[in-house]
Amino acid sequence: MSATASSTDPSPAPSLAQLYLGFAQISMSAFGGALPWARRVLVEDRAWLESDDFTDTLALCQFLPGPNIINLSIVVGSRFRGPVGALCGFLGLMGVPVILAIGLGALYGRYGQLEALRGIFAALGAAAAGLVITTAAKMAVPIVKRQPFVGIPVIVGGFIMAGLLRWPLPLVLVILAPASIILAWRLRR
Amino acid sequence: MKELAAVLGALAAQFAILSLLAFGGANTVVPEIHRNAVDVHHWMSDRDFANLFAIAQAAPGPNALITTLVGFKAAGIAGALVATIAFCLPAGLLVFAVIGVWDRIQQSPWRAAVQAGLGPVTVGLVAASAFLLTRGADRGIGLAAITAATAAIAYFTRLNPLWALGAAAVLGALGLVH
Repeated sequence: MSATASSTDPSPAPSLAQLYLGFAQISMSAFGGALPWARRVLVEDRAWLESDDFTDTLALCQFLPGPNIINLSIVVGSRFRGPVGALCGFLGLMGVPVILAIGLGALYGRYGQLEALRGIFAALGAAAAGLVITTAAKMAVPIVKRQPFVGIPVIVGGFIMAGLLRWPLPLVLVILAPASIILAWRLRR
Repeated sequence: MKELAAVLGALAAQFAILSLLAFGGANTVVPEIHRNAVDVHHWMSDRDFANLFAIAQAAPGPNALITTLVGFKAAGIAGALVATIAFCLPAGLLVFAVIGVWDRIQQSPWRAAVQAGLGPVTVGLVAASAFLLTRGADRGIGLAAITAATAAIAYFTRLNPLWALGAAAVLGALGLVH
């Protein structure tokens, strides 16, 4: 846990089994993307992280290479229960989905026809996009309230660069991260 | 047998490298996975890849499942496991090492500034991906309504959003939304 949470003494650290089950719950809910479910389960359902802890941890995972939510499972697992905890989080997140994906891959290999499923995929994709909108809003609110003069310009800047201009992520990070850190440093209290 | 070993070796090497290049998650290296699987190694057709990508998006679990499916198509169950582990392990070990150092410097003032600075960047990127996903998914008024309704339910109510996803899937299966 990071500094902000340890001072308020949140719920007790989850056990290995709870870590496995928590991340399994994330992955089994995550139709069309895992990020919204990671926040919902870790922050809202199980209260293992506070909202800002979640954003900070995700920021770190985003800054390092590799699949973000998988990295998140490793970070959260290792903070609570060390290397074995990291393994439990990872296996919880990936175990069942990998088996399911192999099953779906085998079905696809045999039938190769997805036309019937196309309508379902399209509707699920639309709903999943709605969940990401909500996640962005829920992550933004505490940051904007606490540090509006850093939060608002940087969030808007990131949205414009990555969303509207579609710049590649490394470019966005190289420009925006130092600018934002310097801004936060100068405005720190 | 020898051929299988060669394919597994190619999968392991390719995905281990991509693991350390995937800044921003699995979807950022999808074009490279596509190039390798379709153009370089001829493990599958263009259409196969598009369909496997759709499966990886819709199936429960992280988007990194595209690596599992590509590995499975290339070399069966062994390929699926090799590709998945190769894609997760190098980046996982890196993040594990970094988090140890990061948590040890918890009190340093510049860590606080880095954190205060990176948080909004992350939110901006999530907002951007929400925008891009919405634009890609909402090809009609019905689909846009599903996006809006799901976002509203997830933001304003305590209802589990799985109900919204389930309702969307049913509407989609019945061919009611376009």
